[in-house]
Amino acid sequence: MLLGITVIVFLIMSLIPGDPATAILGAYATPENVEKLNRDLGLDRPMVERYFIWLGNMLQGDFGRSFSLNRPVIDEVAERFSATLVLAGTSFVLCALFGIAAGVVSAVRQYGLADRLITFAVLIGISVPSFFLGMIMILFFAVRLRWFPVSGMYAIYGGGDLADLLHHLVMPAVALAAVAAGVVARLSRSAMLEVLRQDYIRTARAKGLRERRVIFGHALRSAMVSIIPVLGLQAGFVLSGAVYIETVFQWPGVGRMLVDAILKRDLMLVQGGVVFVAAAYVLFNIAVDVAQALLDPRIKT
Amino acid sequence: MTFRHPTRRGFLASTMSSLAALAAAGAMPRRARAATPPGVLVVGQIAEPKALDPAAVTAVNDFRILVNLYEGLTRYKPGTLEVAPGLATDWTISDDGTVYTFTLREGVRFHDGTPFDAEAVKFNFDRMLDESHPYHDTGPFPLAFFFGSVAKTEALDPRTVRFTLNEPYAPFLSNLAYPTGLIVSPEAVKRHGKEFGRNPVGTGPFRFVEWRSNEAVVIERNPDYWGEKAGTEAVIFRPITDANTRVAEMLAGGIDLMVEVPPTSLAQFRGGGFSIVEQAGPHLWFLILNCKEGPFADKRVRQAANYAINKEAIVNDVLEGTATVAAGPIPPAFNWAYNDALEPYPYDPDKARALIEEAGAAGAKLVFYVTEGGSGMLDPVPMGTAIQADLEAVGFDVEIKTFEWNTFLGQVNPGLEGKADMAEMAWMTNDPDTLPYLALRTEAWPDKGGFNSGYYSNPKVDELLEKARTSTDQAERARLYKEMQVIVHDDAPWVFVANWKQNAVTSDRVKNFRLEPSFLLHLASVVKE
Repeated sequence: MLLGITVIVFLIMSLIPGDPATAILGAYATPENVEKLNRDLGLDRPMVERYFIWLGNMLQGDFGRSFSLNRPVIDEVAERFSATLVLAGTSFVLCALFGIAAGVVSAVRQYGLADRLITFAVLIGISVPSFFLGMIMILFFAVRLRWFPVSGMYAIYGGGDLADLLHHLVMPAVALAAVAAGVVARLSRSAMLEVLRQDYIRTARAKGLRERRVIFGHALRSAMVSIIPVLGLQAGFVLSGAVYIETVFQWPGVGRMLVDAILKRDLMLVQGGVVFVAAAYVLFNIAVDVAQALLDPRIKT
Repeated sequence: MTFRHPTRRGFLASTMSSLAALAAAGAMPRRARAATPPGVLVVGQIAEPKALDPAAVTAVNDFRILVNLYEGLTRYKPGTLEVAPGLATDWTISDDGTVYTFTLREGVRFHDGTPFDAEAVKFNFDRMLDESHPYHDTGPFPLAFFFGSVAKTEALDPRTVRFTLNEPYAPFLSNLAYPTGLIVSPEAVKRHGKEFGRNPVGTGPFRFVEWRSNEAVVIERNPDYWGEKAGTEAVIFRPITDANTRVAEMLAGGIDLMVEVPPTSLAQFRGGGFSIVEQAGPHLWFLILNCKEGPFADKRVRQAANYAINKEAIVNDVLEGTATVAAGPIPPAFNWAYNDALEPYPYDPDKARALIEEAGAAGAKLVFYVTEGGSGMLDPVPMGTAIQADLEAVGFDVEIKTFEWNTFLGQVNPGLEGKADMAEMAWMTNDPDTLPYLALRTEAWPDKGGFNSGYYSNPKVDELLEKARTSTDQAERARLYKEMQVIVHDDAPWVFVANWKQNAVTSDRVKNFRLEPSFLLHLASVVKE
C-alpha cells in the first residue's frame, strides 16, 4: 500500500506543470539556466530512473535533501510532524472530551435547557469553518485582549518551556477542535439516547443503582462502541484540518510545510512528507481498529 | 543585555532575564508578553528563508536578511541605485572595459575572525563560477550568470583583486552590489560545506546567532564591525507566510516591523502608534503583447491597448495607491538612466477606438494570460480583470486564462506564439540594463534563450542596448538608455502599467528606518526604544 503511495506521489509531482528550476529562478528561468540547474539538482535523468533512485534511498532511510530549505528531508519532516502531532493530538483530546461530555449531558437532559443550549452551540460549532473561527479568535483574543499570542509555537524570545507552548497552543487547538467536537457531541447524544432506552438500563435503575453509575458505568460504556469509530474519523479530520489552522496561526506543522513545498516544487520534500504522513495514517487506523476490538468483543472474528 | 556567546541558550537567557525584569517591574505582565523587548527588533518576513548563503538564494525575502550579515565589494548609495564603495574602497576599469581592479578595505575581518583579503574574494567568485572548484558543490548557484562575463579572478596582493571579463559588461559594478555578489568567509565554507547556508559568516554589521526552522532567524550586533556599529542589539526575522496573520501580529505587538503590507490592510495602520514607510523601487509591472501574430502585430493596436487601459484607476483603486503609473520600460528608481521627458500613455478610450478602427482590428478576440500570484506580481487577478474590462470597453473580446505562478512562467517564458496575445509580467532588477537586455532585444527571443516572449524586434533598440552594456561611462549609458526608452515607448511592445512602491509598517518605537530603492532591508542604523 505504501509502495502504491510512493508511485502516485511521484507521478503527481512529475505531472504538475512548472519544475523546481522555474520555481527557484522565477523570472530568470532561461532555458539555459534551467538546464544547468536541473543538471545540478539531478533532474535531467529519466523519470523511471529518478523514481528508483528515490525509492532505493528511502528504503535505506535516506529521504533525500530539500532544495528549498537546504536540509535533509527527514529532519524537516520529523520536526514538523511532531508539531502537527502536538496540535492535532491536543485538539483530538479536546474534541473527544468536550464532545462526549456535551453529548452525554444533552442526552441525559433530553429537551431540557442544557440540551437546547448544547445543541445550539454544537450547531454553530459544526457550521463555522475552523479557519474563520481562528481568524475571529486572533482578532478578539490576541489583538484586542492580548491574552494569547497571535501565532507561532513558542515565544520568539524567552519561553521555550511547556507553559509557553500551552499559551501558544490554546487558540489553534480550540479552533481546530470546535468542528470535530460538534460532530462528536451530536453522535454521542444519539448513541446515548439509543442506549438509554434499552431494557438493561431500566433494569439497572430498577436494581437501585445510582443514576451516575447507570449513565457512566452502563450506558456510556456501550455507547462508546459506536462513538469510537467516529472518534477515529475525527482524528483524521483534525489531522487534515490542521493544514488550515497551521496557516492561520503559523503553526510550524507538516500541513503548512507540504503546501509551501508544493508551491516551491520541492519534489523531495513533498514526496518524503507525503509518504511519512501516509505511513503515520495507516498506523493510526490500525491503532483505532485495535482499540475498537478491545472494547467490543463482537468485532473479533 | 550582552550577547557574548552566540548560542541559543545564551540569547534566550539574556532575553529571559530582561523579560523577567519587566515582569518584576509589574508593567502590565500580560501585555509585556506581546510587546517585544527594547533593543531587539522583530521583523515580520513573508516566508521562511531558503538559505543564508548569498550565492545560493534568489528571493528578495532572503536578501532582506543577507544584506545585514554580509557586504559586497560595492553597495548602493543609500536612497539610490548608484554604486558606491563597499568592501572595495576604489577601483579602476581598463579602457576597453574588460579589466576591473579593486583595492580592498583594510582591517576588515569576517565574523569568524579570519581576515577579509583578495584571496577571499577570489574564493567567492571561483566557488560560484568554476565548476572544478572544490567547493562548487556547495551550490547550486542559480544567479551565477550575473557574473557570467567574468573570465578570471586574480589576487594580485592581499589588498588588490583583479577581474578579467570576456567582454565589456557595464552592469558588473551594480551586480557586485546585488546580494549575489556578497562576500562569504572562505574558512566557514570549508568548515560547513553544504551546511554553510545555515551557518552564515560574513563581514556585515550583524552576525548570525541562530536559525530555528519556521520560527526565527536571529542576528546580533557585530561588536568588531569596521564601520559604524549597529543601532540595535539584535534583530529577529520571523517568517509569517499568511498576510492576515502578519497584520494581526503587527497590531498585537508581536513584531516591530513588517514589509509588503497588503494594500487593503494599510488603512489599519494609519495613525495609532504605527508609521508607514513607502519607497518606489526598480520594479515594472507590464503586459507582454504578442508582436508576432494576431492584432498586436500592428503597432497601432498595441498603442491602442496602452491608451485603453486606465492605469490611474489600477494603481489607485486596485492597488490602493501602493504603485505609480509606469511610463516606459525603465523604472524611475534608476534616476540616472530614466528619461524624465517620457509621459505615460494617457487614458483615452476614444483615441484607442480610433486607432483600432484604423488598423481594422475592431472586435478582435484576445487571449490574456493571468497569474494567480508570484514575485512582484502585486494583485494580478484583480488587475487582470480591470484590464479585461477596459479592453472590452474599446471593442476587444478578451478571454482570461489563469495559471498558478510556476505554471504561468512555464507557459509565458517559452513565448506566446500560438497561445496568447498578451500576458502579465513583472520584473525587479538592479540595473537598467537587465530587463530591456533580457526581454526586448531581437537576440532575446525565447528560442535564443531570452525573455522576449512577445517577439519584439527593433534593430535600433538592439544596437542601443548593446552599446549601453559595453560602455563604462555612466553619462554615455544614460544617454543611450534614454534614447531607447523613447523608441520603445512609441513602439509599445508592452503595456506599461505600474511601478510598485514597496511599503513597510513600523511601530512607533522603531526609529531611523528607511526603505531603499533596491528593495533591500538595511537595518544597521535602525534604533528601537
